[in-house]
Amino acid sequence: MTPLLQINNLKASVEDMAILKGVDLTVNAGEVHAIMGPNGSGKSTLAAVLAGREDYEVEDGTVLYRGEDLLELEVDERAREGVFLAFQYPVELPGVSMMNFLKQAVNSIREHRGQEPLNAAGLLKLTREKAALVNLDPSLKKRSVNEGFSGGEKKRNEIFQLAMLEPTLAILDETDSGLDIDALRTVADGVNSLRSPDRGFVVITHYQRLLDYIVPDFVHVMVDGRIVKSGGKELALDLEEKGYDWIREENGAVPA
Amino acid sequence: MNTDTQYLHDVADSDYEHGWVTEIEADTIPKGLNEGIIRLISSKKDEPEWLLAWRLRAFRHWQSLAAETDKYPRWAHLDYPDIDYQDISYYSAPSSKPKYESLDEVDPELLRTFERLGIPLEEQKRLTGVAVDAVIDSVSVGTTFKEELARQGIIFCSFSEAVEHHPELVKKYMGSVVPYTDNFYAALNSAVFSDGSFCYIPKGVRCPMELSTYFRINEAGTGQFERTLIVADEGSYVSYLEGCTAPQRDENQLHAAVVEIIAHKDAEVKYSTIQNWYPGNAEGKGGVFNFVTKRGICDGDRSKISWTQLETGSSITWKYPSVILKGNDSIGEFYSVAFTKGRQQADTGTKMIHIGNNTSSTIISKGISAGRSNNSYRGLVKVNKGAKNARNFSQCDSMLLGDRCGAHTFPYLEINNPTAQVEHEATTSKVGEDQIFYCNQRGISEQDAIKLIVSGFCQEILAMLPMEFAVEARKLLAIELEGSVG
Repeated sequence: MTPLLQINNLKASVEDMAILKGVDLTVNAGEVHAIMGPNGSGKSTLAAVLAGREDYEVEDGTVLYRGEDLLELEVDERAREGVFLAFQYPVELPGVSMMNFLKQAVNSIREHRGQEPLNAAGLLKLTREKAALVNLDPSLKKRSVNEGFSGGEKKRNEIFQLAMLEPTLAILDETDSGLDIDALRTVADGVNSLRSPDRGFVVITHYQRLLDYIVPDFVHVMVDGRIVKSGGKELALDLEEKGYDWIREENGAVPA
Repeated sequence: MNTDTQYLHDVADSDYEHGWVTEIEADTIPKGLNEGIIRLISSKKDEPEWLLAWRLRAFRHWQSLAAETDKYPRWAHLDYPDIDYQDISYYSAPSSKPKYESLDEVDPELLRTFERLGIPLEEQKRLTGVAVDAVIDSVSVGTTFKEELARQGIIFCSFSEAVEHHPELVKKYMGSVVPYTDNFYAALNSAVFSDGSFCYIPKGVRCPMELSTYFRINEAGTGQFERTLIVADEGSYVSYLEGCTAPQRDENQLHAAVVEIIAHKDAEVKYSTIQNWYPGNAEGKGGVFNFVTKRGICDGDRSKISWTQLETGSSITWKYPSVILKGNDSIGEFYSVAFTKGRQQADTGTKMIHIGNNTSSTIISKGISAGRSNNSYRGLVKVNKGAKNARNFSQCDSMLLGDRCGAHTFPYLEINNPTAQVEHEATTSKVGEDQIFYCNQRGISEQDAIKLIVSGFCQEILAMLPMEFAVEARKLLAIELEGSVG
């Protein structure tokens, strides 16, 4: 079977500074992969490169998404093909109503999939259903995108959009950062309800805590732009206990 | 000229939807401007002697200004060639100008014009609650709902009709807010104005529908010199809409309108505009020069005048809808979205003149510049010496699309009373790459993302427009944004 995502020797830089130095990763449909690692190891860069952010220059390597070259596609094309990024810092769009934003997003993706656009009533119904997954206050939908949202609301809004757009590959970039334990649980519950045999997740996190709630199939440790260790969910617990230094040492890197 | 081919070219070049010329036999006078022309205009309109005399006084004043080129208003941040005022025909009226009893009698070509413009002159108006006094070129050809409004004592008619039937009101108020000596273009308008709209709301009457006028320049080479006069008597309310589109043209068209509003004690006037005159081709050729003087006076205590405008058209826009806050506790508002692209230049803003006590004014201006356009906000807040407790809040936000356009802010403050509270905020931003990336990541294309972000930027202003108008405004803005970025 063709993997959902196959990254080979991916090297990327930003402003001539090498960040990713040869990443290899394979994600199959139905799997949840956690990527952990210390700050500055390149986790968020990986997410940005997969989503197609312009500031990042891919120097080498390949990324196949369902067997096709992902890097060839524009950002919006990737999204329409089913690649979703839950932002670490969701962007505010002043004056743009959530409903208007969702309508355009949902319908551009539906159109790409050859589906009829949702009308206002259909959209409202879907919105209600999906907002319930992450306990998103219905009044948020009337507000401008992320404007005046609390940190927790912004993160829940990301998962809500994930639910609305039903991607094939969902990348969660530090979705747990800045969340208290209740919010974390809500977000995790939302993500868990969206796990499915057709969908793969890449969950980027600095802390093991999130993985208590979103239990991954695989855990990868990223250090200095490479995935240096992979294992099952127990690896996350080891990291929690021992920190990242032992992995650095194992890999002959200088401890931070 | 092969109009068909030209039309296709023009459409392809500029996305301008309303660029075509209607072939209606028109009654146009020769080019040029002198006393004889003023007399000819006046006689064509069967005007009373007092109005001719007023026109002539205005003309002589204009002549004195025109004689000294240093008195041409050149302070705006605008660059345009000198206008040859002798090379313009100052009057054009559809030739078959009877006083219609019903629309059936109206030249069908004219009705088709309105249809193409999407102006529902038929029964739909009753349903939408909009009475339309449609102005093609210079003379009103269809006024609707007059009887219905008349039952409440509301007068809504063309300026000419008002001169004929309500001369005492016209005499009393015309020139009372914008005297012909006010500025160069106001003087010109006062001398040669062709027609326009008149509206009077009697004491205590709340006008039950939005009153609206559509302007359209039609005859090639004729300027448009409209005059609008709105009088809201004590305790009355009216919401007035003005929207305009113009057909395409090769030579520059001069447009110098005057709008005067008088709000008596406890009266409120809400004036909304969508301005979509032809902006010129990609090189900036052929667009409308729009020099407009719009001003209202809050004459009575607790009166209120509110201007809301969406400016997307014209190659040159020179326009400062203003409020004189004379009554105590009176309120003036100015809400504006100005969008420029291509080679368009806009210099627009407002003047808030605080004279009474406890007066307040709010200015929110949103300028969006794309292409090689220049977009300036120019606003004056003046608090007179005797005006106690005046308050003003001004916010001027500019957004740049691309790096070849310009946004400028020229705020003027003249505060002569220490009890005044004046706040001014200004921001300039580029549409954020982060914002576009975020939208793209949700499957929204770059063009749609920009539309979304820009309309979000303008949202608080567009929301001020009456609902039907707001829908039109959003559509217009979306159309204008297409092809202006990419």
